[in-house]
Amino acid sequence: MKLLLKNTRVLNPVQNLNEKNLDILIENGIIAEVGKNLQQDSSDVKVIDLTGKIITPGFIDIHVHLREPGREDEETVETGCNAAANGGFTAVACMPNTEPAIDSAEVVEFIKKQSANHLVDVYPVAAASLGRKGEVLSPMAELKDSGAVAFSDDGVAIKSASLLKRALEYSLMFDLPIIEHCEDDSLAGGVMNESFNSTLLGLPAIPNVAEDLIVMRDILLAEYTGGKVHIAHISSANAVNMVREAKKKGIRITAEVTPHHFTLTDDAVKTYDTNTKMNPPLRTRKDVDAIIEGLKDGTIDCIASDHAPHSIEEKEMEFEYAPNGIIGLETSIGLAFTELLHKKILSLEELVLKYAINPRKVLNINIPLIQKGFKAELTILDPDLVWTVDKTKFLSKSRNTPFDKRLLTGKAIGVINNCKMFFDGKFTSI
Amino acid sequence: MNIKAKLVDKEGLDRILTRIAHEILEKNKGSKNLVLIGMRTRGEFLAKRLQQKIKDIDGVELPLGVLDVTLYRDDFRTRLKQPQVSVSDITFDINEKDVILVDDVLYTGRTVRSALNALMDFGRPSSIQLCILVDRGHRELPIRADYVGKNIPTSLNEEIKLKVEEYDGEDAIYLVEAEKK
Amino acid sequence: MPLSSRHLLGLQGVPKEDIQLILDTAITFREVLERPIKRVPTLQGKTIVNLFYESSTRTRISFELAEKRLSADAINFAVSTSSVNKGESLKDTVRNIEAMKVDMVVIRHAAAGTPLMLTKLCDANIINAGDGIHEHPTQALLDMYSIREKIGRLEGLKVCIVGDIAHSRVALSNIFGLKTMGAKVSVCGPSTMIPKYIQDLGVDVIYNIDEAIQENDVLNVLRIQLERKAREYFPSIREYIKYFGITSERLEKNKKDILILHPGPINRGVELSSDVADGPYQIILQQVTNGVAVRMAVLYLLGTLN
Repeated sequence: MKLLLKNTRVLNPVQNLNEKNLDILIENGIIAEVGKNLQQDSSDVKVIDLTGKIITPGFIDIHVHLREPGREDEETVETGCNAAANGGFTAVACMPNTEPAIDSAEVVEFIKKQSANHLVDVYPVAAASLGRKGEVLSPMAELKDSGAVAFSDDGVAIKSASLLKRALEYSLMFDLPIIEHCEDDSLAGGVMNESFNSTLLGLPAIPNVAEDLIVMRDILLAEYTGGKVHIAHISSANAVNMVREAKKKGIRITAEVTPHHFTLTDDAVKTYDTNTKMNPPLRTRKDVDAIIEGLKDGTIDCIASDHAPHSIEEKEMEFEYAPNGIIGLETSIGLAFTELLHKKILSLEELVLKYAINPRKVLNINIPLIQKGFKAELTILDPDLVWTVDKTKFLSKSRNTPFDKRLLTGKAIGVINNCKMFFDGKFTSI
Repeated sequence: MNIKAKLVDKEGLDRILTRIAHEILEKNKGSKNLVLIGMRTRGEFLAKRLQQKIKDIDGVELPLGVLDVTLYRDDFRTRLKQPQVSVSDITFDINEKDVILVDDVLYTGRTVRSALNALMDFGRPSSIQLCILVDRGHRELPIRADYVGKNIPTSLNEEIKLKVEEYDGEDAIYLVEAEKK
Repeated sequence: MPLSSRHLLGLQGVPKEDIQLILDTAITFREVLERPIKRVPTLQGKTIVNLFYESSTRTRISFELAEKRLSADAINFAVSTSSVNKGESLKDTVRNIEAMKVDMVVIRHAAAGTPLMLTKLCDANIINAGDGIHEHPTQALLDMYSIREKIGRLEGLKVCIVGDIAHSRVALSNIFGLKTMGAKVSVCGPSTMIPKYIQDLGVDVIYNIDEAIQENDVLNVLRIQLERKAREYFPSIREYIKYFGITSERLEKNKKDILILHPGPINRGVELSSDVADGPYQIILQQVTNGVAVRMAVLYLLGTLN
């Protein structure tokens, strides 16, 4: 089977590739040729005209919750991967707060098995401590050998400085990062950002200093041990500034931000909509501005959605009782294009760095090349497509999004990976 | 307000009140045991004038109270506008008294019904006598007045407007066209 | 003019005219409460559910009395006697209640925002009887009514709310209501109990109780929670009493003429000394009586809205 993608712009910053009107011929999932005016030589070539579209290395979302094993009613590896493909991703890294946690080779292998035949590659992030309890280290070496790409107690920060120090030291042996959910436990427990709005709404609040304290702790320990720390879902202005300073000093630290943290402020909580409840919480305008600055100057390396599916009945609870988190795989790219590209905050190249290149560097994963002889792992983008978010059309099992009915400009219209294509809402083999 | 006719002027209204004051005293054989209760808004002022007239005739100042019946009305569900409530002001005991209830116009009888219920919540009077300045007909309840200033049969597209100096700036009774709904 | 909203969820954003109307209407009901028969037939045939997810004897009794005195059918739905213990969701509970054809719901809930959530789940008029540490509008209305009854106005008055401001729904509703009515509002308490952003509401912060007494016409003194959790916010009850407790010596020393309110129940000897709680400056029991009248006014104004 052959696939010919015609008249497209091809963009891959790592190859210094940015050219219009190129054709890409894919044979059995491998790029057979990249060039101008490629001719179809036989009738079994499927041709797709992609005038006005852009092809980039496949995007990866390095912060998703697939809920399997444990909460298959909310999401499974399969439905999560379907949602990823529909959102424009060829790969995801899934977080370990499942039940049981991803703290053994068996669970890593189980997840790998569940995703084995899918278009979307799943990279498990394993727990840093057994059961994410913060008491003893997980079997990190064994987890790495079975396929884990990073370690995290996501949902909470690694409980103590001493355990984090040990985890960083131990991970030096195989140079995998520790991904940190930065929140000081003794300041946690609130349901929104501490601000004027939390005073108005009478909701228990989390101060941004809860995040800043752990970011600072982690920077100091990364510096001290020489280990790699990746700050998950950065949300406070101070944290962005600290990461910037740490990078200047050469400390091995990276950071990601979610689309909701650069799109919304805690003003959105005023309706008590539980789809505005997440952890870290939505912050203030000042924080959003600092995040945008951090995206621009490279302090923030990646965009990741923190895709967190929850059942309808759980999100229909009272605001204070509802669980944290929103789904994001299927709105992430649309929001980034609308809020960052079209508002001229980031260029297309920079977006590709944040979605396809930097995240793979963080996790030591090979970056797909758009070049003859390499596996075709591609995302197809339409940067000017105007569309309305319709949560009923999501492929995720869950519907908890604050962005339903939002008008967006820019969308991934297809992905190609593992001899499969997702295009026009359908999976096909190529 | 579209006036069709001025039926009674200042002097006319005064003559009516004088007559009614005499009737009240005659029927009750004097002013002993009587109390006056005027219904907000205009009934209050009419009752006050009756109080003065009775004092002029009999030399006795009857206790005077004011009743607001808003909370007893039966038309909350059907009215479009929410009526404003005000305070009832009855500072004396109405138990075992002969109550003269004063209002301006008697029409369907529903307001009087509300007033009777309200009065019962203040106590148990020996009797309640209804004093009305204009009876315009169209009763919906079995209620009749004991003292009537004037019977003015009206059609349904007509209304009676009684005005008092203290509240409206003039004393008069008008026949007007009903306001369109 | 009727109220501008068909629910009473809080006092934030409620226009002055609405508050004025409620306070004025309450005067009528205050008079009804003085009658031999303290009942009017106004809400005959209306069904009101008191949905209390948090125990509160005083507020519930006050609402229940207000409902009965307006001749409404009042039903109490309290946590201990309901299916809440069986894990039924709020949504299902409310839908069930609505299926029984109720006209109004009075809700008390430990989670902020629940009354607003109810307005989206059912058609009844919703009255907030306290949601988490958010708002308790009828308490603030009865406080304002009581102040106005005693002093004759709210405009230009200096009112200080004393105690645990950060964990008080009474404080927030009072601040919104009093500011709207033109009063000058300050708060006084240990700094750990003053929300970080309270000044953005246009409220002064005072840390010295003597100064609060000197500077203000009215003190609205909140109940200090004595449970362990609340105690994390100040070192000891002894220290609280010493620096924030209101005693008659303190009142005499600083100023003679002051009005003291307390939403009850009082911790005697903690936020108020016993002689102050029984003394000439306080109007604590009038507040309780006025509470019924104010709640009758709210029920009347919402219940007769077409």
